Amino acid sequence: MKRTIPGLRTLRRLYATFFLLLFLLLLFAGDFSRMQGYDIPLFLELDPLVAFSGFLTSVTVYKGMILSLAVVIPTLFLGRFFCSWVCPLGSLHHVTGLGLFTHRPSASHAANSYKPMFRWKYHLLTFFLIVSLLGGMQAGLLDPIALLFRSLTVAVLPMLDGLGLSVYPRTPVFQGGLLIATLFLLILAANRFMPRFWCRVLCPLGALLGILSRFAPLGIQRDVDLCSHCNRCLHHCQGGCDPHAAWRKSECHLCMNCIADCPEGALRYGLPKSRSSIHLPLDLNRRRLLETAAASLVMLPFMRRSLSSVTTDLPTIIRPPGSLAEEDFAKRCIKCAACMRICPTNALQPTLLEGGWEGIWTPILIPRVGYCEHHCVLCGRVCPTGAIRAIAVNEKIGQKPFDTPIRLGTAFFDRGRCLPWAMDIPCIVCEEVCPTSPKAIWYRLITISNRDGVSVTLKQPYLKPDLCIGCGICENKCPVGGEAAIRVSSIGESRSTTNRMLLKASP
Amino acid sequence: MSQHSEKKTPQKVQATWSRRRFVERMGVLAGVSTVLAAGGLWIRGSEPVRHRQEEIFKLKDFRVPESSRHPILAIVHGNHVESMVREAFNTLGGVERFIQKGDRVLLKPNVGWDRLPEQAANTGPELVASVARLCREAGASRVWVTDVSLNDPGRCFVRSGIEQAAQQAGAHVFLPGKDDFRATDMGGKLLKVWPVNRLFHQVDKVINLPIVKHHSLSGCTLAMKNWYGIIGGRRNQLHQDIHTSIVDLAAAVRPTLTIMDATRVLKANGPTGGSLDDVVHHETILAGLDEVALDSLALGHLDLTPDKIPFLALAEARGLGRVRWQDLNRSETRV
Repeated sequence: MKRTIPGLRTLRRLYATFFLLLFLLLLFAGDFSRMQGYDIPLFLELDPLVAFSGFLTSVTVYKGMILSLAVVIPTLFLGRFFCSWVCPLGSLHHVTGLGLFTHRPSASHAANSYKPMFRWKYHLLTFFLIVSLLGGMQAGLLDPIALLFRSLTVAVLPMLDGLGLSVYPRTPVFQGGLLIATLFLLILAANRFMPRFWCRVLCPLGALLGILSRFAPLGIQRDVDLCSHCNRCLHHCQGGCDPHAAWRKSECHLCMNCIADCPEGALRYGLPKSRSSIHLPLDLNRRRLLETAAASLVMLPFMRRSLSSVTTDLPTIIRPPGSLAEEDFAKRCIKCAACMRICPTNALQPTLLEGGWEGIWTPILIPRVGYCEHHCVLCGRVCPTGAIRAIAVNEKIGQKPFDTPIRLGTAFFDRGRCLPWAMDIPCIVCEEVCPTSPKAIWYRLITISNRDGVSVTLKQPYLKPDLCIGCGICENKCPVGGEAAIRVSSIGESRSTTNRMLLKASP
Repeated sequence: MSQHSEKKTPQKVQATWSRRRFVERMGVLAGVSTVLAAGGLWIRGSEPVRHRQEEIFKLKDFRVPESSRHPILAIVHGNHVESMVREAFNTLGGVERFIQKGDRVLLKPNVGWDRLPEQAANTGPELVASVARLCREAGASRVWVTDVSLNDPGRCFVRSGIEQAAQQAGAHVFLPGKDDFRATDMGGKLLKVWPVNRLFHQVDKVINLPIVKHHSLSGCTLAMKNWYGIIGGRRNQLHQDIHTSIVDLAAAVRPTLTIMDATRVLKANGPTGGSLDDVVHHETILAGLDEVALDSLALGHLDLTPDKIPFLALAEARGLGRVRWQDLNRSETRV
């Protein structure tokens, strides 16, 4: 028996390495700089927390999210295997813990035994699920896959590119990248004090899987007769699930280290036998949990009365093409930044507080940084939750069978800054780059007498609002630095029925 | 130890300094002080920030010697672009006149926009491929195709068909990144030092491959305007005096040869286009050594006249060529 058991740890290591490499490979393969890449949001679709909160917000399991059942169903039988066998963030924490934590037996036995603070994650999960029920998708803030994808996209990859590892043809910049980097480094650094701090204490997906594994028949079984109470099983324990005493099923990641470390052969994975030690259920106080639920519920009326992109049409909240109407968008977007990874012009940026507190890290288009490429529809193809619909190019640009293009907003001239309007200087770069045909930007030829009394002929630009798609290339290329002389705001966006100004429907 | 002294904290005392230790320490400190003082004086400056002096490059003249035996302009009509290009080269004195064995050749088509070939916003891929193939046949050691696109460069080169066509013809596509520009003295009236695509400083021959297109501000975008696509920086400022800018650029870059694509002509909503309604098929290529004359000649395809296009007269006044192409030795053929 002892010969076969170390095999499980080796197997776990192989799986974890494979999935971590696969995750990184897919992240790198999502590069469309030459229009040849792979738009595979596989890991986000495998994520049961994303699928479940999405189900609570919008009563549907969107397309590929059904894949999450491939994690849910085995968890019901096997336990919380995802965390140490599949989760790339879990593997990253595992490796970081190996490097940062002092693995002296006395220290690791103390750090790896169960602590009441491990309950926090269940309270966080409760909060996220209650908020989901109320129509707000906030699980993405701490969902490990979304968090990892976001941190790598917004902070780590641009940093690596800046260091000389060529990831992009043009190094992107992201607003608030430093904040996301700091949080990411902090959760990694927490392994210095307790291995897998994130997984044990904070991870809401871990909590969900812990609950799902509650009735799993299989588990770590300790033979009370063989056990000599040496506590070596705690030495490399990842879950903090007390295999040395009464095993806590919902905390265990099935890392199998305890089985490999046991000198007596007292531990094994399987069904309980007559001399197997007892298991402990979820260590949760129902009253405390109800308090958290009530506290989350109480947030709703406040949320409904806060100025946010859901309660008000905000001019700077310009969403990617194909985005759902804002209320539905808020129900779907998990802030994973997959769209920002794939956007070829770096136009898509994580919001800070522009859309209200609940909108943090959702994607908006900032035309000064980049514009929406006329024929590009990649963001919708990688969005795992359908917050940005997968659209075809002809739908986006309004070619047959579609009769209107998808508008992101409308551009407005600032005549006080525009060179031909304010300073008698020829320009119309905006007209040159306008991608619609016929162009939304046009000009009047005027002859005026300038300050010195010399007659000059100028082309003064105008905008035809029903032709403008709000792509923002005019604002992006406007030579007036700082605040451009033509700026896009979200009004006129196709996805909204309220954020409109024209009485007549566009042709 | 007595009970009395046990209660006191034990005091640690230093060892006394020997003369040798003192002299050694003083010697070391004097040395460090001297280095600090000398280094401080050496690095002292009047500028608050020390920048490295950037080398300023100058573009070389890529032209070949003039020859009275061959025409200056070649107008070729036809339906097969490669035969038309061969005919144009033969008329002008053969490929050998322009490309020597071992030459590094740079082709500069217009690949400004994320558009398909039939939308005529970019130079036709057939033209780029044909010229690249002829250069390779003539013994060019390496042929590059480059442009500084306005839309996402990757998309522009793929969707224009130019990347694939160029690679199949044995040329290399070069999309300049942020480090691929060199400060260059343009020596113009308006343009002084601008960042220029570094390949222009690394090749022996440059062939301009523009397309004939409508452009709202300048009226048209032809051979001389095509040099916008070699510079980086804030080139959107050039619109403020587009005619002088065009002439400055044309004066700075003197290509070996210009071959203009008038097979598909974008007559309105330029330079981006997008609608096939604005594209007409003229099935012509114009080649030659005088960019001004070529631009002037190409106006016919856009229903324009030279008096409407100020940069032509400016260019002629700068000695870049002749507006009256009718006065030049030319040949018109059909293949």
